[in-house]
Amino acid sequence: MTEERLLEIKNLKKYFPVKAGVFRRTVAHVKAVDDISFHINKGETLGLVGESGCGKSTAGRTILRLLEATEGEITFEGQNLLELDKRELREMRKEMQIIFQDPYASLNPRMTVADIVGEPIDIHGLAANKKERNERVTEILDTVGLGTEYMKRYPHEFSGGQRQRIGVARALAVDPSLIIADEPVSALDVSIQAQVINLMQDLQKDFSLTYLFIAHDLSVVKHISDRVAVMYLGKLVEVADKQKLFDDPKHPYTQSLLSAIPVADPTYKSDRIILEGDVPSPVNPPSGCRFHPRCPYAMEICSEVEPEYKDYGEGHYAACHLLEQE
Amino acid sequence: MEWQEVLLKLIKNKISLFGIGIIIFFVIISISAPWLAPPADPDDPYMIPRAGWSIQPKPPSEDHIFGTSEGQYDIFYGIIWGARTAFRVGLIVVGISTLIGILIGTIAGFYGGVIDEILMRITDVFLSMPFLVAAIVLTTILGKGLDNVMIALVTFGWMGTARLMRSQVLEIKAEEFIQAAEALGANDIRIIMKHVILNTIFPVVINASMRMGSIVITASSLSFLGVGAPTGYADWGQMISFSRNWILGSQGNALQFWYTVLIPGLAITFFCLSWNLVGDAFRDILDPKLQN
Amino acid sequence: MSKEKLIDVKNLATYFHTEEGTVKAVDGVSFEIYPGETLGVVGESGCGKSVTSLSIMRLIESPPGKIERGEIIFNNKDLTKSTQKDMRKIRGNDISMIFQEPMTSLNPVYTVGDQIMEAILIHKDVNKKQARQEAIDMLTKVGIPLPEQRVDEYPHQLSGGMRQRVMIAMALSCDPQLLIADEPTTALDVTIQAQILELMNGLKDQFGMAIMMITHDLGVIAEVSDRVAVMYAGKIVEYTDVETLYANPKHPYTWGLMHSIPHIEKDVDRLQAIPGSVPNPLDFPQGCKYNTRCPFATDKCREIEPEIEEIEEGHQVACWHVDKLEEAKAKEKKKKEKK
Repeated sequence: MTEERLLEIKNLKKYFPVKAGVFRRTVAHVKAVDDISFHINKGETLGLVGESGCGKSTAGRTILRLLEATEGEITFEGQNLLELDKRELREMRKEMQIIFQDPYASLNPRMTVADIVGEPIDIHGLAANKKERNERVTEILDTVGLGTEYMKRYPHEFSGGQRQRIGVARALAVDPSLIIADEPVSALDVSIQAQVINLMQDLQKDFSLTYLFIAHDLSVVKHISDRVAVMYLGKLVEVADKQKLFDDPKHPYTQSLLSAIPVADPTYKSDRIILEGDVPSPVNPPSGCRFHPRCPYAMEICSEVEPEYKDYGEGHYAACHLLEQE
Repeated sequence: MEWQEVLLKLIKNKISLFGIGIIIFFVIISISAPWLAPPADPDDPYMIPRAGWSIQPKPPSEDHIFGTSEGQYDIFYGIIWGARTAFRVGLIVVGISTLIGILIGTIAGFYGGVIDEILMRITDVFLSMPFLVAAIVLTTILGKGLDNVMIALVTFGWMGTARLMRSQVLEIKAEEFIQAAEALGANDIRIIMKHVILNTIFPVVINASMRMGSIVITASSLSFLGVGAPTGYADWGQMISFSRNWILGSQGNALQFWYTVLIPGLAITFFCLSWNLVGDAFRDILDPKLQN
Repeated sequence: MSKEKLIDVKNLATYFHTEEGTVKAVDGVSFEIYPGETLGVVGESGCGKSVTSLSIMRLIESPPGKIERGEIIFNNKDLTKSTQKDMRKIRGNDISMIFQEPMTSLNPVYTVGDQIMEAILIHKDVNKKQARQEAIDMLTKVGIPLPEQRVDEYPHQLSGGMRQRVMIAMALSCDPQLLIADEPTTALDVTIQAQILELMNGLKDQFGMAIMMITHDLGVIAEVSDRVAVMYAGKIVEYTDVETLYANPKHPYTWGLMHSIPHIEKDVDRLQAIPGSVPNPLDFPQGCKYNTRCPFATDKCREIEPEIEEIEEGHQVACWHVDKLEEAKAKEKKKKEKK
C-alpha cells in the first residue's frame, strides 16, 4: 500500500454548549471531541471504536462538516475543509460521503428509491438528461445488489438490509473517494450484517474507496479495518495497525475493551479485565488522564497530568503514563 | 404514505365520503350559479335582486322558492351565489394564510437561532390579539367590504399554521435523511423543498381543511356584525344578518320567518361540517398512532 | 439428565391475529429448563424468541395475541390454563423477567427503592421498613455502590448499567426460581455488558435459580449458557448443549450464522453471508422456513416442513439434510488442511 494520506485530522475539537437559565447562557461545554489527531491513508479502512458517548459519531460528522468544528484542522487531499465556504463545501461533498446507522431514519420516506439514489446525481449535475440519470441509477443499484424492479418503490417496502444497500448506493452515486460509515451494520440482523460488510469490502476494491468505519462492535471493526483507532470520552487513546492493536494493545482501556468482548466459542477462556464503574460525563471529564478513575493501573500522576498522545514506534500511537515510564 | 393511497382511503372512508359529497355539491352549485339563478345584471352578479322594498320577509312562493328576506332580497339567489362567495373567501384566506404560515414556520424551524426567535416573537404578538376583535378593527380601518375582510382574516390567520409548521420542521430536521441530503451537497432550498416540506405538509393540509369551515363562519360573523360584505351582496353571513330582526316571528307564531334563518344557517353549517369531516378523516388516515 | 424439570414447554404456539393476517410468531416449540441451569435462546428479530418468553409469563396482549396450543408446565401446573390471578402470584415471585431497555422498564416517577419494595411488598409478608432494608440488601448484592443513597434516587439519575442492575435487583428480590432475561445487555456497552454478565453468572450460583437468556448475540450465548435453543421463524431449529452446538452445529442456519459473524479470535478474508433476508412472518415460505436462504435446500425442503428430532443424544435438529451439511463441513476442513 502506498502511504499517501487522504485525510489528516489535527487537534480537532467539537464542544457543544450547555445552556441554562432564562437568558440561555452557556454554562458549560460537552467536550464531545476533545483534541484528536489522526490520518487515513488512501485506500485503507480506519476503524474508529469506542463506547456510546465517546464522541466517535460526532467526530465523523464534524469531519464531514455536518457539524461545525470548534477548533482544529481537517485536511482532505491537501485542502483544509474548515476554510471552505458554503459553495465550495457543497462541491467538495462529492468526494466524501456518509453511510448512516439507521437505514430507517436516513432515507426520506416520501421519495422513491430511484429518486433517493438519483438525488446526488441531480445535485451535482452528473447526468446530462433523464435517460442518462436513470441509466446511472440502474447501474448503481445493480452494483449494490438491488434489481431495477425496485426503482419505483418507497423505502418502507424494503427490509433493513435492503435499505442499507440503498443508503450505500446513494453514497456511491457521486463516486466519492472517502466514505464515513457510522455504525453501518449495528442496526441490522446478525445474518444480514455479513452481507453489508461483504458489499462494502467489494466496493472498496472496485471503486478504490477509503473508509472511516465507526463502530462499537470490535469483532466487526477487526474484520474490516486495516488500522484501528480507539476513543474514550472525546480523546483518542490508541491508534495502531489492526494486528498490532489486537495482539499487543498498549493502553489499559484498549486491553479491557478487548477482553470484554464475548467470544462465540464456549471453550475459549479469556482473562477478563472487568472495568469498574461507568463512563463519566463528558461535561465534566476527570482531570489528567480521562480513564484514570476506571483504570486498574492508575498512578498518582494519572489524575494530575494528561498523558501525551504519541508514537511508540511504527505508527502505534497511544496516550498513557505507563508507556512513558517504560 | 403516498398521495394516491391517501386519496383512496379518503374515498373509502364513509364519513369523509359524505364530507366530500357535500363539498362537491357546493362546487356544482357554484359553477352552475348563472343557470340556477340567472343574474339580473351580468356585470354585477353578486348583488342579490330585490323584489320590492317592503321590510317584512315573504315566505317561499313560486317566484322565490326560498322566500325573501328583509328588504325583499331573494334567499334562493343569495344561497346560490353565496356559495361562490364562501369558496372564494375560504380558499383565498386559507390559501394565503397557510402559505404565509408555511413560509414563516419553515424558515423559523429550519434556521433556528436568532431568526427563529424573531419570527416567533412576531407570531406571539399577532397571537396575543383576540382574533375576531382584531379582524373587526382592521376591517373597520380598511373600510367595509369583502376584500378587506379577507385581508383582515389573512393578517390574523397565519399564526397557527406557522407554529404547527415550525414544530413539524423541528421534528423532521433532526431526521438523518436531512443530514444525508446535506452530506450529498444539497443546498438549503433543495433540502427544504424536497425533504422538509414533503414530510411536514400533511398536518398542515389537515389544519387548512379544518380552517376552511371556520374561516367562512368568521367571515359570516363579520358580515353579521355589519363590517363585512356591502348590503345586498350574496353572502351567507349577511343573509343571516338580514334575519336578525326576524328570528322570532309575531306573537303566537314564533316560527313565522323560519326561512330567513334556517336556510342560510343550514348552508353555512353544511359547508363548515363538510370540511371538518374531510379534515377529521384526513387526520385519522395520517395519524400513525391510529394505523396499527 | 435425571433432574426434575423446572419448566417444561411442550409444543407451544402463539399466534397474533392482525388485520393483515395471522402471524405465527411461535409455532410449536418444545424445550425444558432444569433448576440452576442457563438456557440460551438465540435468534434474529422476529424469530419468536421474545414472544416465547412473554407466553411463559402470560404477558401476551390479547387480542391480537393468543396462545393457540401447547403446555407450559411449571411446578406441576400448566401455566397456559392458569388464571390471571394465579399468574400475578407467579410473576415476580417464582418467575421474574428483565428487559432490554432498562430506562423504559423503570417507572421514572418513583425512586429505585420504591420500585424494588413494590415487588417485595406484593409477594412477601413484611412491613415497609423491612422491605426497604431488603431493597438495600438487594442493591448491595447487585453491586451498586452506596446502596443507602441510591435507594432514594430516581431512575434518570442512574447510568444505563446501573439501571440494568436495579432491574436485576427487582427481578431477584423475591428469590425467583426462573429468571427470564430478554436481551439484557443489548443496549449496553461492551465493558458494561461484561459487568452485567459476570454479575448474572454470580447471582445465578448464589440464588440457585435458572436463567432463560434470550439474545441475538452468539458471543453472549457462548459465555453464559449451558444449553442453547436456536430459533428461526417461530420454530426451534436446533437444540443442544452449548459445547456441542458451537463445535458441531447441525442445522444449516446455525452453521451459517456462525460463519457470517466476524470472530475476534480468528481472522477470515471474507465472511460467508447468509443470502436473502429474514422472511416476513405474514408470509412464511412453505416447507422448511429456512429453505429460501439455505444452500442445501431441495424440493423436499420446499414442500414439507421437517420436525425437530433427536439425531444424537441430547442434540435435536429440524432439518432434512443433516448429511449435506456434514459433507460441506468435511470439504471445508480439507481446504483448510491444504492451506
